[in-house]
Amino acid sequence: MVRLKELPTEELLASGHRLCAGCGESVAVRMALKVAGKFTVVTNATGCLEVATTIYPYTSWRVPWVHVAFENAAAVASGIEAAYKAMARRGAWDKKVNVIAFAGDGGTYDIGIQALSGAMERGHDFLYICLDNEAYMNTGIQRSGATPHGAATTTSPAGKKVPGKPEWKKDLIGICAAHGIPYAATASLAYWNDYMTKVQKGLAAEGPAVINVLSPCPRGWRSETAESIKLSRLAVQTRYWPVYEVEGGVYRLNVKVPKPLPVEEFLKPQGRFRHLFQPEFKGELEAIQRWVDENWSRILRLCGETS
Amino acid sequence: MAKVRGLTGDEAVAYAVKQANVDVVAAYPITPQTIMVELFSEYVANGEVHSEFICVESEHSAMSACVGSSLTGARVFTATSSQGLALMHEMMYIASALRCPIVMGVANRALSAPINIHGDHSDMMGSRDCGWIQIYAENAQEAYDWTIQAFRMAEDSDVLLPITVNLDGFILSHSMEGVAVLEDEEVEGFLPPRKPLHTVNPEEPLTVGALALPDYYFEVKRQQEEAMKWVPKKIRETNEKYEKLSGRRYGIMDAYGLEDAEAAILCLGSTAGTARVVAKELRREGKRVGVIKLWVYRPFPTEEIVKVTKNLKALTVLDRACSYGAPYGPLGSDVASALKRFNRDLSLLNLIYGLGGRDIGPSDIRAIFDETLKIAETGVVKEPLRFVGVRE
Repeated sequence: MVRLKELPTEELLASGHRLCAGCGESVAVRMALKVAGKFTVVTNATGCLEVATTIYPYTSWRVPWVHVAFENAAAVASGIEAAYKAMARRGAWDKKVNVIAFAGDGGTYDIGIQALSGAMERGHDFLYICLDNEAYMNTGIQRSGATPHGAATTTSPAGKKVPGKPEWKKDLIGICAAHGIPYAATASLAYWNDYMTKVQKGLAAEGPAVINVLSPCPRGWRSETAESIKLSRLAVQTRYWPVYEVEGGVYRLNVKVPKPLPVEEFLKPQGRFRHLFQPEFKGELEAIQRWVDENWSRILRLCGETS
Repeated sequence: MAKVRGLTGDEAVAYAVKQANVDVVAAYPITPQTIMVELFSEYVANGEVHSEFICVESEHSAMSACVGSSLTGARVFTATSSQGLALMHEMMYIASALRCPIVMGVANRALSAPINIHGDHSDMMGSRDCGWIQIYAENAQEAYDWTIQAFRMAEDSDVLLPITVNLDGFILSHSMEGVAVLEDEEVEGFLPPRKPLHTVNPEEPLTVGALALPDYYFEVKRQQEEAMKWVPKKIRETNEKYEKLSGRRYGIMDAYGLEDAEAAILCLGSTAGTARVVAKELRREGKRVGVIKLWVYRPFPTEEIVKVTKNLKALTVLDRACSYGAPYGPLGSDVASALKRFNRDLSLLNLIYGLGGRDIGPSDIRAIFDETLKIAETGVVKEPLRFVGVRE
């Protein structure tokens, strides 16, 4: 368990970066680096985080940072990890280095899933943190495999006939856990201690670890910049975003939600779901609630919980 | 005393990589490159090397992992062919722009469709503008020698560019030859451990791969071209040092008979061997012919080509790749540009041959020499770009 008093005051992600007000990504990175510390190498997939923190000749990173491309953060991390191992073997390196890959949902659920799958299967010792803001925000809010059903994006617009994205969100952590990796978890920024403890566990695990953290995006979610953490909490309290971990194949529910709020409480403050509140799309709201309920029951079963 | 081993081209490359004490090999199997990867994984499995072998899930990840390892300070090798090289294409630009001295063996193979596993140069020509140094071997010996030299050239702090060592698929990759190999200690002396200028290192945090907008991007690209200018000098220095060690002489190109030739063939790779055999026969018959084999295709030896062709009357460039709709094949275009740049008026014939592994034999080469001699005599090139050895 992470203790607030023991966290370093040193900031390894410098302020002054160009991420939007209310962006969940900088919060997620800042917290992760406070746990990981200086002896960390970060590799970053193409995306908002990369673009907004390293406009040459400026950088916000006080740890070594590598950006190569969009779909390969896990492959680059594999290379970095392997290089340290080989260099240690010939006596050219002798320290433990944390390797963390940050990627968005587009770079993880979609274009980067092959590289991630390969790296997990090969068992590289690294932590992969997916900053899931549920669409391609950097290119202007296009739908991804992580975009929830019903959300309006620029490529799944709320039309007269099709009210937002027709498909459902992929189960990323299920996919990762199926690789038999030592550690996989979901996290919410509203539960900072849970998230930071998971970063600690992920780094301590010998082998690949994946954390999928919900990362509110006021631009793409059409939400208030001051409400990102509140939305992160609502996502959990409505059971939309179950917070759980899979450690050595064992599922554990980290945040119990005995009295859930209706999912509408999470959807309503976000403009991307606004069209669903028109009377003709009432069925869509019900469908989303059903999905939430079924998903929650499924996770509970996996975690061996009853409520 | 040099040892001679029976090695295929692929095995010769793998053996050179072993002797080069490479830290990381990240590779994916594809015919006809596979033997390189298989043999290297045997070295790893038997504990003969200290290397990490990352058996990646695709060539795209192979090159991505190589970039990560190279930036961390490791000596890095990968190998591929054809579709694999095409899949790496995106990463190849990044490897060169991030100045990663990666060495890659390419067993040249045709590109799909139709799918075909045999040798031609379409794969590498498709990646010729990726900012990599590109070397073509004529036989397994050259593949071995160039692989060892490649690490030294790539890792030179004045260069810091990735290199491909190309060998013709099957013709070289799978044919066994007697290869004179160096002792491990000799290679170690020639190729000490890599000493990178900058690395991804928590003790000196560095941001690599930042976003560069129109105010900086252009300068980065300009520096890549500047680095290319240093390459010929570094290749020559490396070749001289290697000659002292091995007794084998290399250079930017190899010219045979050019001191008095009127007609010559210019080509890459294994075809040069056939061309030289035929040229020897023709010269015995009193015909003044020659062969230019480019060892180094990028950076392109513009001035050297102009110099070496100064007594020629006609030149035929053999291209084992086609640039569809272009005035010449890729190699033909480069040679034509080089000549034009120095206002050299030389009759030029460009022939596309051997696609998908279609064989080119001595009799084909003889016919090409005959045609080139005729051009030398008449100065007339009827059809500057033509296909040979194909059903029209």
